[in-house]
Amino acid sequence: MEYILIIIAAVFVNNIVLSQFLGICPFIGVSAKVETSVGMTGAVTFVMTIATVVTYLIQHYILNPFDIGYMQTISFILVIASLVQLVEIMLKKVSPPLYQALGIFLPLITTNCAVLGAAMLAVQFEYNLIQSIVFAIANSIGFGIALIIFAGLREHFDLLEVPAAMKGVPISFVAAGLLAMAFMGFAGIA
Amino acid sequence: MNQLNNFTKGFIRENPVFILFLGLCPALGVTTTAINGIGMGFATTFVLIMSNIVISLIKNFIPANVRIPSFIVVIASFVTIVELTMAAFMPSLFDSLGLFIPLIVVNCLVLGRAEAFASKNNLITAVIDGLSMGLGFTLALGLLGGVRELFGDGSILGWKFIQGDGMLIFILSPGAFLALGYLIMLSNKVKK
Repeated sequence: MEYILIIIAAVFVNNIVLSQFLGICPFIGVSAKVETSVGMTGAVTFVMTIATVVTYLIQHYILNPFDIGYMQTISFILVIASLVQLVEIMLKKVSPPLYQALGIFLPLITTNCAVLGAAMLAVQFEYNLIQSIVFAIANSIGFGIALIIFAGLREHFDLLEVPAAMKGVPISFVAAGLLAMAFMGFAGIA
Repeated sequence: MNQLNNFTKGFIRENPVFILFLGLCPALGVTTTAINGIGMGFATTFVLIMSNIVISLIKNFIPANVRIPSFIVVIASFVTIVELTMAAFMPSLFDSLGLFIPLIVVNCLVLGRAEAFASKNNLITAVIDGLSMGLGFTLALGLLGGVRELFGDGSILGWKFIQGDGMLIFILSPGAFLALGYLIMLSNKVKK
């Protein structure tokens, strides 16, 4: 039950993109096509889950016992940066087409605040290891849902007549605002 | 490059938020009021200038393959300095900015300037670039925060001049997206 609550809260109520504003860069950047969004979601899920586990271990077995909490930002970001490098190398070998499609955005997962944000939130909420893993997976599902719905919306923008000044990014933000409004409907259920 | 030109580019021509679309997470996340936006802007400006200085000084000693992790370590050190300083001297601002202070480390703007500019230019040019981009970012965040505060609460910088509740939606999350969307539209319009 406890885990279901964490999942519902992270996916719908406090959606990481639409209500916490983490991971906006890939949300606007790679959401032009549904296909690339799915690939990006896969990469983020993988990195976010492993990153949260590793940062949990660092926090509880290194930072806390030695009382060096101020090293949190530096140590967490280093772990995430090396993880992303690992995923990049793996993807290049295992699935070259996906690697081609994600292109520049793969190294950018390092600067995807959603990954670092989820890791820090899990520490802040004082979750244990299992809860942290559930929280990370739920957050990446939330990220994926927002990204894929948004990509679906954006694919239709090509067919619309948009005023010249609204073309591209501005209309995407307005659409994201409407999507965020829709997600506000989930407030209060968990 | 002309230094004056270098200094003014961040405000309008290459504004990080409205034109380059960098650093959007804090731009949306903290701008519920103008003062939060400005506080975040100055914190980011400090990190930008300091990391640009250090990176432009050590650029010749860093092997190309590990440059991104090295840049991140430099940036993270300055973010930690900002975090601890703000927690000690400005606790109320620190509380309202919350998670977004440590997240300056993953602000694409800071890493982007380090990679694209500071690692290729000399010290003075890099400092001016950091200052220009930082102030442009502060301007954008202050503007976005001001618009959201004005419509959401009827006040600017905490000074309330429209009585009543205002449109609450601008303080809540959808308002951030809407306000930024329309501000980018305006900047597109002005640019033409």
